[in-house]
Parts: sequence; structure tokens; C-alpha cells
Amino acid sequence: MIGRRRFIAGATLPALASLSPLARAAKGLAWQPAELPAGAVEEAVLEKLPGKVPLIKRTYRPPNFETPIDYLGTEITPNDAFFVRYHLAGIPQAIDAKAWRLKVAGDGARQPVQFDLAQLKREFEAAEIVAVCQCSGNRRGMSIPHVQGVEWGVGAMGNARWKGIRLRDVLNKAGVGGDAVEVAFNGADGPALPTTPDFAKSIPVERALDEHTLIAFEMNGKPLPHWNGFPARLIVPGWTGTYWVKHLTEIEVRVKPLANFWMTPAYRIPAGKFANVDRFPTQETKDNQPITDIVVNSLVTSIRDGERVRRGVPVKIEGIAWDGGRGIRDVEVSVDGGRSWVLAQLGRDLGPYSFRMFHHAFVPKEAGTAVVMVRAFNTRGDTQVSELIFNPAGYHNNVIPRIRLEVA
Amino acid sequence: MRRSFLVAAALALAFGAHAGEEKVRIKEDTGADKVRQNCNACHSLDYIRLNSPFLDEKGWEAAVNKMIKGYGAQIPQADVKPIAEYLGRNYGKR
Repeated sequence: MIGRRRFIAGATLPALASLSPLARAAKGLAWQPAELPAGAVEEAVLEKLPGKVPLIKRTYRPPNFETPIDYLGTEITPNDAFFVRYHLAGIPQAIDAKAWRLKVAGDGARQPVQFDLAQLKREFEAAEIVAVCQCSGNRRGMSIPHVQGVEWGVGAMGNARWKGIRLRDVLNKAGVGGDAVEVAFNGADGPALPTTPDFAKSIPVERALDEHTLIAFEMNGKPLPHWNGFPARLIVPGWTGTYWVKHLTEIEVRVKPLANFWMTPAYRIPAGKFANVDRFPTQETKDNQPITDIVVNSLVTSIRDGERVRRGVPVKIEGIAWDGGRGIRDVEVSVDGGRSWVLAQLGRDLGPYSFRMFHHAFVPKEAGTAVVMVRAFNTRGDTQVSELIFNPAGYHNNVIPRIRLEVA
Repeated sequence: MRRSFLVAAALALAFGAHAGEEKVRIKEDTGADKVRQNCNACHSLDYIRLNSPFLDEKGWEAAVNKMIKGYGAQIPQADVKPIAEYLGRNYGKR
């Protein structure tokens, strides 16, 4: 058991930088952002779900477990360190892949069809994509003022190579009618009480027919972990995790928008408050619109606020940048609190939906505090914000960080 | 208390809830029993401290009502106030 006292939050421990993630996890240590509510920091422990490395436990039931930042300094997030997020506690303990079926029906489909797993893999062309799965509420705990919900730090996200088949190929077997507006998805998980709305989500029919929208069976070359949606989950590259329905069992082609708790009032952003986000016209109201694509963002993984460094000794400023599918064009680094910026070197391009690594070597020349800031730009020119765009659900936090290095 | 424990245990058996939840403690105070009876039906009680200390009693009452209206929680109307008072007092804005 990992005692709470051994869990150090918000602390800066330069000596830890040399430890591997596993070694740090074994010591029961994980870094957490300073902005989190005090109760969230107190409640966090590193705990192991079956098949996972110790992750930051936010809640036990339903399980909400966050990836420690130590695992986010690479392009691909390991399956056993990938975050876990459920709304409802009715999660099947295990799913028998042989008995599993996927049904496709709905008033917008010409005929209902049903497949087993072997059929899906045999009858449809394989497809794969590297894409970031980011919970809509990632960084919610860093919203000031604080808002209710799972108080995530920076690790309710990960990047993986997803392999499966194209959703559109499956939809075409059912036949999508000309009057279809949305396609809705339901999974094998459900509520603890019959009165609680089952978790189901829809996407615009155009998005459902996009060649990049997949039904995935594999993650980084392995079957999906149970906690990440075994045996099949939806992949909606560029859009936030709420649409990536896990343990997928039912697909419904709809001529009317889906109206349930999870579409509205949940997962909404104020109308017009975020520039350039994707539209979802059938779900928009005068006051708000559904969260859709991921805003451009970055995460510095190699240094921590308050870390001590030495004059003349290079400091690696590294991390990842990503967006909702335009792709990262540049990452800029400032070491003087934003007065001047230089371009970081970018890592391999694994496609526009993937994490992109960045690197910059900073050699501190003067003693004192150096304020490191990083901002990513996508190919459309969108960048990160200086001030939080507050919204009641705590979404889309891409504030440029200010990381203080104490130079001695 | 016994009932809520049984509910949690039944859920754990039915859905394979993660071991560890038994370690979650909430502060002992008037109303704690009502919190256990009601809130445990759907989620572990760590959600409470996780969401603290930034809501006042009114904010917590709104949260309880959201559980009823949005999530279909079966919380008797008579329990709403005692639960909100308990949460405001023990996990409220400092």
C-alpha cells in the first residue's frame, strides 16, 4: 500500500529527474500542478489498476486514473500508463470477445446489421492512425476559479497508434440514408442505477463518414486494455475523449440529434467563446455548443517549476505539443518570461493528430530566476493563450506555462 | 451505514470495482450517515474531498440537486439539506 504521506504533490525534487518513471512510481511520488484544489492533492494516491502501472488515482468508483507526467515525455504513451476515465460505475469486469457483438441500426440506416469481432476483422480493410486521446476535462483542476468535476491535472490524455477498421465501411453495410444527421454510440458500460442516463454520445454524420474515424481493436500493437475499451472503441481523431466511446456495442444512425444528458447539458462550452473550434451544428444552441476538437497545446515534461539548475550547464527543455488535427507547425520557447522567443527543434512527425516532441537546450548565463515559457502553433496559426478562458466545465485550458528555474 | 456498505460491496462484486475504495474516509459529523447512504449508491466518496474546498453550502446543494436531476440519483428530498450542510461545513470553501 502506498501511504498518503509518501505521496509528494506539487513539490520540486530535482534529484528525481534522474529516476525512471517506474523508479519514481515505486517511491510513491508524482508531480502535480500547483493550481489543483487542495482536496484533490490530498485525495491523490498512486494506485495500480489491474494491467496498469501505478497511476494517479482521482476516484475509485467509477475509476478515474491519471497518467503521471513522467510517462508523457515520449511520442507514444505506453498502454499500461494510459489514463482511465469512466462516468458510470457499471463496468463489465471482463468482456468475452467471442460473445461480443456490434449492432448497427437506427432510423437513418437502411437496414440493421450485426457483426462479431472476427467478422469485423475479416470483412473490413484494416486502418490505423496515431492520435491523441484527451479527456475534455484534462486540466480541469487547474481552472481558477475551481469548477466541479474530476479534478484532473495534466495527464488525462495520451497518444497511441490505434488500429482497427474505418467506421464508414461498417456504416455503409447498414446504408446511411440521405436524411441522417448524426451517428450515436453506446458501450457495454452503464450506470449503477437504472434511473441514471446511460452514457451514449453522437457525432455529426460527416465526421462518422470521415476516413480517419475508426473502430479500433488495437492500441500500440496490442489488444485494447480493458480499461481503455476492450474489445473495440471509437476513435475520433482530433476530437476530445468524450466521443471515443469504449466497449462499443451499438451504433445508431439518426435522423434527429441525440438528446440525452451526456450531449446536453454535459460537455458544453459557451457559444462563441473559443475561436476556431469545429462546429457541430445539429447540437448547437443560442447559449452553448458541444466541445469538439482539441485546442492547440503543449506540455513541458523535462523540468518542474522551482527546479534548481547551474550556470553554464545546459538545461533540456523538452516536451510534447499537439492539437485537434491541423498539426503542429512550430513550438517556441522563452527563457526570459516571454520577452523573447526562439524556435524549438521538433521531433518526428507521426501525423497531424499525434503528439509532436520538441527540444531546446537552454544554457543559463546569470544567477537568479529564469522564467521558461513554451507555446505551440498549429499549421493554421492557432496558439496557446496567456490568460485562461474560463468556462463552467473547465475545458480547453491551454494557458502558456511559466516555469521558474532557480539558477545558481 | 450498513446499507451503504452493502450497496458498495454489491457493486464491487457486480462490476469488479477497484480495491482501495475501502480506504476512503469522510469526516465524522452530523449528516455523514446520510452522505454514505445516498452518495455511495453511484460513486466512491473520494469525489467529495476531490472537489474541495471551493464550494460553499449553496454550491454543494446545487451539486446534490445536479445528482438528482442530471444523474437520476434517488436521494430523498428531506436528505438534500442535511447533506449540503454536512458538505458545506466539512468540505466547504475555506
